[in-house]
Amino acid sequence: MIEGMERIIREHRFFAGLDDETLAFVAGCTRNVRFDAGQYLFHAGEPANEFYLIRHGRVALELPVPGKDAITFQTAGEGDVVGVSWLVPPFRWLHDARATDLVRAIGVDAKCLRRKCDDDHNVGYEMMQRFVPVLVDRLQATRLQVLDVYGTSR
Amino acid sequence: MLPVARRVVRTRRELADVWTIEIEPEGDSFAFLPGQFNMLYAFGVGEAAISISGDPAESGRLVHTIRAVGKVSEALARTRPGDVIGVRGPFGVGWPVEAADGADVVVVAGGLGLAPLRPALYRLFGERHRFGRVVLLCGARSPKDILFRSEIEHWRARLDIEAAVTVDHADREWRGNVGVVTTLIGRAAFDPSNTVAFVCGPEVMMRFAAIELESRGVRPEAIHLSMERNMKCAIGHCGHCQFGGDFVCKDGPVATFEQLRRRLALREI
Repeated sequence: MIEGMERIIREHRFFAGLDDETLAFVAGCTRNVRFDAGQYLFHAGEPANEFYLIRHGRVALELPVPGKDAITFQTAGEGDVVGVSWLVPPFRWLHDARATDLVRAIGVDAKCLRRKCDDDHNVGYEMMQRFVPVLVDRLQATRLQVLDVYGTSR
Repeated sequence: MLPVARRVVRTRRELADVWTIEIEPEGDSFAFLPGQFNMLYAFGVGEAAISISGDPAESGRLVHTIRAVGKVSEALARTRPGDVIGVRGPFGVGWPVEAADGADVVVVAGGLGLAPLRPALYRLFGERHRFGRVVLLCGARSPKDILFRSEIEHWRARLDIEAAVTVDHADREWRGNVGVVTTLIGRAAFDPSNTVAFVCGPEVMMRFAAIELESRGVRPEAIHLSMERNMKCAIGHCGHCQFGGDFVCKDGPVATFEQLRRRLALREI
């Protein structure tokens, strides 16, 4: 079972090139999950205790707006990771994540991995090296979205 | 270099402020290279550089797609069948489709940038056997701003093309990707070491798309961008479109990221 998970994680784009020892540890903190269209992976404000490696389907990352529909600021698909806030205090989600169609993913127990990062800073550094680029990419994408480079249609 | 009077034979509204107009060519045909542009003259209003958006294999049809953003483009966009406009061209350096022979091709289009890329896409699709993987990545402001949407759907249905669309903003009715077009580059399947990329859109989008392509391993000399500047004479004499030591009308509009990288970072030009 764990061997199967190791293979799946090794083949996932986000954890490509992970060393065997860390891979084995991560695999021990994982489970297969499935979300139907419309189901939430997590909501803003909830404890960030599990993040997801998407294997199939699409997830909308949304900001809830009181009295209005939530605003989708990005979608994640196969090969992407959903959930970054598990790595930094206060370990709570900052946005919603909603499956827009059937989603199959690997859920990673973030509490388990946080403990490992605290105990073994090499693992912690490895996680930072993989998750910080996600944050940088998202920041850069947000800058471009704010610039509204395509102009306004009348 | 005088404009030739030509009749508009067909018009089509693409988006709220974008029209495609088809002009009868001089004689039976009008030969052009993908990525080239014409100077179109709305008599009594003025002249503007407009990319050719039709199929180079159909030389009997001269097609332009125009966003109505100023007096000239508005006058051109609102022409009707039977109206007469002036045409000069074709001008400029186009997309080097031949350079992609045997290579993977990644086409990144942002907003109206798909219009100058469409002739290259027609050629790529028409001579599909000559290329490796062909990837089309389109970005738009919102679902209602996706240019040539039905055509993109048609392309997406082809098994020999990977086509993806993303929008910057969407409501819940939209079931596709949300995020800037550069986010699609990391997800696309191609061999960076043997890839030729064509990128067209707003300059800031092209800059970040080129950076993303390069970070995936595409050589900067294999990344081609189409620049936009205020073109007047279109033959490199007037200097309006000077960009560093080059004239965009004559030396471009298409140039490599290798050639443009330093200038793209300069605010003064």
